[in-house]
Amino acid sequence: MIKPVYGVIAEFESPTALVNAARAAREKGFRKLDAYSPFPIEELTEALHLHKNKLPLIVLVGGIVGGLTGYLLQYYVTVIQFPINVAGRPLHSWPMYIVIAFEMTILFAAISAVLGMLALCGLPMPYHPVFNVPRFAFASRNRFFLCIVATDPLFDREETCDFLQTLGPREVSEVAP
Amino acid sequence: MSGEPRASRRIIAPGYTFGTVTDQIASVMLTRRTPIFWYICFGVGFALLLVFLWSVAMLLAKGVGIWGIRTPVMWGFAITNFVWWIGIGHAGTLISAILLLLNQSWRNSINRFAEAMTLFAVACAGMFPLLHLGRPWLFYWLFPYPNTMSVQPNFRSPLVWDVFAVSTYATVSLLFWYVGLMPDLATLRDRTENRFARGAYGILAMGWRGSARHWSVYETASLLLAGLATPLVLSVHTVVSFDFTIAIVPGWHSTFFPPYFVAGAIYSGFAMVLALAIPLRAVYGLEGLITARHLDNSAKIMLATGLIVGYAYMLETFTAWYSGEVYEQSALWNRMTGPYAVCYWALIFCNILAPQALWFKRIRSSPALLFVSSIVVLVGMWLERYVIIVSSLAQDFLPSSWSVFQATRWDWGTYLGTIGLFLFLFFVFIRLLPMISIFEVRTLLPQAKVEEEAEG
Repeated sequence: MIKPVYGVIAEFESPTALVNAARAAREKGFRKLDAYSPFPIEELTEALHLHKNKLPLIVLVGGIVGGLTGYLLQYYVTVIQFPINVAGRPLHSWPMYIVIAFEMTILFAAISAVLGMLALCGLPMPYHPVFNVPRFAFASRNRFFLCIVATDPLFDREETCDFLQTLGPREVSEVAP
Repeated sequence: MSGEPRASRRIIAPGYTFGTVTDQIASVMLTRRTPIFWYICFGVGFALLLVFLWSVAMLLAKGVGIWGIRTPVMWGFAITNFVWWIGIGHAGTLISAILLLLNQSWRNSINRFAEAMTLFAVACAGMFPLLHLGRPWLFYWLFPYPNTMSVQPNFRSPLVWDVFAVSTYATVSLLFWYVGLMPDLATLRDRTENRFARGAYGILAMGWRGSARHWSVYETASLLLAGLATPLVLSVHTVVSFDFTIAIVPGWHSTFFPPYFVAGAIYSGFAMVLALAIPLRAVYGLEGLITARHLDNSAKIMLATGLIVGYAYMLETFTAWYSGEVYEQSALWNRMTGPYAVCYWALIFCNILAPQALWFKRIRSSPALLFVSSIVVLVGMWLERYVIIVSSLAQDFLPSSWSVFQATRWDWGTYLGTIGLFLFLFFVFIRLLPMISIFEVRTLLPQAKVEEEAEG
């Protein structure tokens, strides 16, 4: 009987080995792969051809919405809802709105940065197959992992394992789904 | 977050590996016996926290009259402490945001606890305006919300700006700190052997697994948050200074207050960073991660901001003299020679004269002396805020309404109480969360650099 697998994972001892392995796997034609490391590695982003993410756009929109909210809130309150006539001075006293509009811009932008980051990463995610690999606990300490997912068109249980073995890993194992 | 360019000026001691860095920082929470030092500090913090609760209970029961605030000095200790605490918080954001944008990778081993310091200092700061409201349980009146009284806050008042600035600052600091913690929480989740701890860290880590896709989004997020926190931190103390400058009280009404306050904030904040880092690194044996270079750099920043503050004092005196304004001149003269002369000259000593010792490398390289000078600066900065607030209010335009401020024991109880709240929160943090950012320290190791082969 053949149990389905999520993919195969190879463990490496250094960031250099992981980046080289990721490059090799890309060259070989694998596309559905992910790497796991205990700290961000710039070269890895390149090696895996990770496209620019949409986070800056999300933050920009959040900031604009926040700024408008702050400004319009003050406009509504001071001009429409609760106008105070102080010796005939204009109700729409925009220079006085700047500070709160600015603070609201930052607040909304920061909240959208965090929520956007979580959304783009798909977090919180309580379960993920890679955690089934016992050695994966070291991905948050000092080990580097490259995982080729079974949904990749080139994926073949044996062959992919053998391929990963050629990249000089410490260990290759299958990932239960 | 690139690697360190100059090997000659190592940020962390040689000999560390990814594993040993992780284990050393994680062992503080997970395996090591809690040192006596922790119990003492936590105990002192907890005792003072009880003093705080007692003072607040008395305040709620009897009203703000138990403080020394009387006409004309209605701001007294409360606003002094507010400005002092929020200023202390600023160094944390400076380290975590501005130094990140400037690519100062040495910050990686001090940013975590500095951010925690920010968070807790802002919590302490927030207590004072709330308690000073008189009826703190109606604090939500500060925010614009639809209400049956159909009244709204006055958006033309800097005090309302302050509400927005400080609450935004607290929220953004919390978010930034939490985002920074996520990868380390995952590390703790994977390292701990305690089932309860694994569950707790696991929930907080949100299933972080260090995927390259996540890291790339994560890096963008931290850069963006740093970019947002930088103008924010400058704006917060600027808005705090608006509380003063927009009033026409002599001694407050001047245009150089915003930069002067921001510099003073960073000055006192770095003093607090040093005051916390020096004992912590000694007790937990973290000298290899928080090295002499960190202390040296922090001391230099302290010296630089201290000089800006000194310049501001001179400018303040010069402006008062040059303005030809009799009220401005007498306000400053009263400050130097009046009932608060002792405080004024003490602050000049603490903030300007004493820190000149930091020019000497021998002093910057001695943790004990640095600790002493940072405490001197903290005291000096508190006195500065006290003198600005109290002496200006005590003697304003009309001599007939002059009155000297006398702090009561409840003033002191609340102030020392917030120091207790700060210590309590900080030492809980030390015990439960990594005080040094583990993943950012890993990036500082020479092994973290990917060695490029011939193929380019």
